[in-house]
Amino acid sequence: MEIPYTVTPRRDTGLYNAKVGIWLFLASEVMLFGALFSSYVLLRVGADKWPHGLLNIPIGTFNTAVLITSSVTVVMAWASLKLHQFNKFKIYMTATILCALAFVGIKTIEYKDKFTHYSVRLADGRTMDGHIKGSPLFWSLKKLKDKNVETIEFAPDAAHGAAAAAHGAEAAKPAAHAAGEHQFEIIKVSDLTYLSAYVPSHNTYFAIYFTLTGLHAAHVIGGALVMTYILLFGGKMWRTQPDRLTNRVEVAGLFWHFVDLVWIFLFPVLYLL
Amino acid sequence: MAETHATTHTAHEAHAHHELPFMRKYIFSTDHKVIGIQYGITALCFLLFGFLLMAAMRWQMAYPNDPIPVVGGLLQKALGEDMVASKTVEKVNPDGTKTEVKIPGIMTPDLYNAFGAMHGTIMVFLAIVPLAFGAFGNFVVPLQIGAPDMVFPRINMVSYQCYFGGGVVMLASFFIPGGAAKSGWTSYSPLASIADLSHRIDGQTFWLIGMVLLITSSLLGAVNFIATIIQLRAKGMSWMRLPFFVWAQFVTGFLLLLAFPPLEAAGVMQLMDNVFDTSFFLPSGLVIAGQTIDVSGGGSPLLWQHLFWFLGHPEVYVLILPAMGIVAEIIACNTRKPLWGYKALVHSVLAIGFLSFIVWAHHMYLTGMGTKISTFFQTTTMIISIPSVIILTALFLSLWGGSIRFNTPMLFALAFLPMFGIGGLTGLPLGFNASDILLHDTYYVIAHFHYVVAPGTIFGLMAGIYYWYPKATGRFMNEFWGRVHFVLSFVFMNLVFGPMFLQGLAGMLRRMSDGGATYSITNSPGVEGALSEFVIHLNRDISRAAWLLGLAQIPFIINFFWSLKHGKKIESDNPWQATTLEWQTPTPPPHGNFNKEPEVHRGPYDYSVPGAKTDFSPQNQPI
Repeated sequence: MEIPYTVTPRRDTGLYNAKVGIWLFLASEVMLFGALFSSYVLLRVGADKWPHGLLNIPIGTFNTAVLITSSVTVVMAWASLKLHQFNKFKIYMTATILCALAFVGIKTIEYKDKFTHYSVRLADGRTMDGHIKGSPLFWSLKKLKDKNVETIEFAPDAAHGAAAAAHGAEAAKPAAHAAGEHQFEIIKVSDLTYLSAYVPSHNTYFAIYFTLTGLHAAHVIGGALVMTYILLFGGKMWRTQPDRLTNRVEVAGLFWHFVDLVWIFLFPVLYLL
Repeated sequence: MAETHATTHTAHEAHAHHELPFMRKYIFSTDHKVIGIQYGITALCFLLFGFLLMAAMRWQMAYPNDPIPVVGGLLQKALGEDMVASKTVEKVNPDGTKTEVKIPGIMTPDLYNAFGAMHGTIMVFLAIVPLAFGAFGNFVVPLQIGAPDMVFPRINMVSYQCYFGGGVVMLASFFIPGGAAKSGWTSYSPLASIADLSHRIDGQTFWLIGMVLLITSSLLGAVNFIATIIQLRAKGMSWMRLPFFVWAQFVTGFLLLLAFPPLEAAGVMQLMDNVFDTSFFLPSGLVIAGQTIDVSGGGSPLLWQHLFWFLGHPEVYVLILPAMGIVAEIIACNTRKPLWGYKALVHSVLAIGFLSFIVWAHHMYLTGMGTKISTFFQTTTMIISIPSVIILTALFLSLWGGSIRFNTPMLFALAFLPMFGIGGLTGLPLGFNASDILLHDTYYVIAHFHYVVAPGTIFGLMAGIYYWYPKATGRFMNEFWGRVHFVLSFVFMNLVFGPMFLQGLAGMLRRMSDGGATYSITNSPGVEGALSEFVIHLNRDISRAAWLLGLAQIPFIINFFWSLKHGKKIESDNPWQATTLEWQTPTPPPHGNFNKEPEVHRGPYDYSVPGAKTDFSPQNQPI
């Protein structure tokens, strides 16, 4: 006996096997991200103060648009197969994968911005956020002392004027940075009591930010890999079992919509609220 | 005659043509029956290993700081002198001089903690769940619903491989510097994050990686089971004709599917805490050894407990439901009458599935989460006991008026009922907020959940092994030695866990590496509430019973392998005269299970139908 309903739907459930499978899988994914979102709420409610305005909203908005576009193109890819237009399918699928890559690329730039953005506390109690000259990655006080670095050149964010400290400071910065408007002040390492980039261990906000977006990015990459596989090796299946390929694209598309949906929640929760 | 011979010959040739190479057939098999057996054997090995960890711990509790006999030296060699210390004794030589002799084998508190944590982890995640869900579910469910295989055979294979990988990671953690995870199977933060600060990759990290693999395995398994039951039921197999075992596995699948991901999320966060120094579960101003630790703080230890028990409580039902399903099958078959209240059983199991998601915080009454929340969870906890009692009552009533066959599977199934009853009813005082405050973290809790899982679930699983063994191998297990195994296990199980209720009520706490000796009246004279000598001495009696319980499994192990070759051969494909579909296939079932697609005409338990020729009417027999 062969396994039935791999391609055609079962009569009483109206579904083929893989579709049942993916919906069940997505249910568990909802619980996974649901648990992380719940943790976010619990941590934020329990925090004395919660950082705000540290992320780059225009870039985040752009990335949201990229992901929504990819959700449209993946539906178009599936619809093209339903209409038996394999060439159109290839175009739309490629567009979807490119969007996924663009999203991950932009996310990487955003991550790098965070990893070169520092928070320092001086022995006299002053705390400052800003950049270190040369934009080094992942410096810590321990690392500096191990390397016997005596001074750092530090440009506080406040150097951009009063407006920079307020909402949207991050957005103005890359331009200012490029123009070389940073005013570096020299700080002795021995005066520092704390130095950390915007990394997960810096505070709970960045911890949950990197965990949530990192896990989401892993899903984007996973989805992109599956779709690349379908694109590269789907031609053969299209000639022998076109319905099966169409179903595969539909299932991959359902997963992709879910990944998109998670971001739709992530963006306001982490960037805007 | 010659003609038949010729046909069998060609059939055999055709069969040989499809014969898969050894690796594909037994190691990387996609056949649900082979995967079920892989799960079963691996899980039984872990069950034995988990027991041996406990056997060593019981020595330390019975004779604190005495070297473990026989295997003490071996343990020291394997785990290092940090973990297993030596005792120095003076030996008088014949010529009157004295020399110091080191006897290896003292279990250090660190090792006791590691063994304790791993005993729990291995028993729950690597032994019972894979045996109940992975092994029996895989082997029996597709056969019972009349399906050719699981719906996603390759995912099924990957699911087993993830489980195996998770097991290897867990075992490897014993041998890394610092040893295995030491913070209990619950891995409460912040303890889990600070237990071993000298190693960045410590036992806890291994535990988390192992758990991620195990969670992936159960996730894939759960998707596969639910989809199989929804999609691959044979013609005529409507929902209310499903055997109760299939219903139990169906609900178990949903519990695994929806309850495990929050633990995965929690695991990822704890991994971040341990490896990348975040503070998800570390509060501000945490002081260790007189120093505030250098983390950003602001995390919540309570968050871990919520996420852990959101899995942890449904997990309890993952442990028990498959066993209930097995017991229901065996009772129906061996009383030769339909199960009493099949519909009530199905609705109860669905109710349990739903309610089990909203009772988790009854594990957390002492955390200070607030009395209003406690009241809510106390209420739901009391409500969930109703469907459990319905199931147990229905199974008891099924015995009424039956002509019971007392074979080994039936003995185990019958013993399950009172044992699970004791486990369940002693849980009520723990579900009530007021009485739990007294009993929390004592041996009473240990006794309670072991009664549910050890004499409860394990007896159910043993019943299943004796019951379905003929289907998998074509031979019965030896009946006499099966009974010996049953009687000895039954006696020693009760001798192990019964006295623990007493110890717990006397106030003996769990997770103490000297079995509470520090708090005995001898060592702490005049202290209010110190443990009496009697309570402390019970440790030795319990330990002896535990070791004897281990010895009582030897007949089973020998029987299991001996019967493969020498057991009594079955005379038909349906040796127990059962009604469900798994007995209506050739033995052992071939790849694809059924020679032709079965069609179901009746409910699962048509035993002793008035007017029928036999006292059982298989599901595929037309009415």
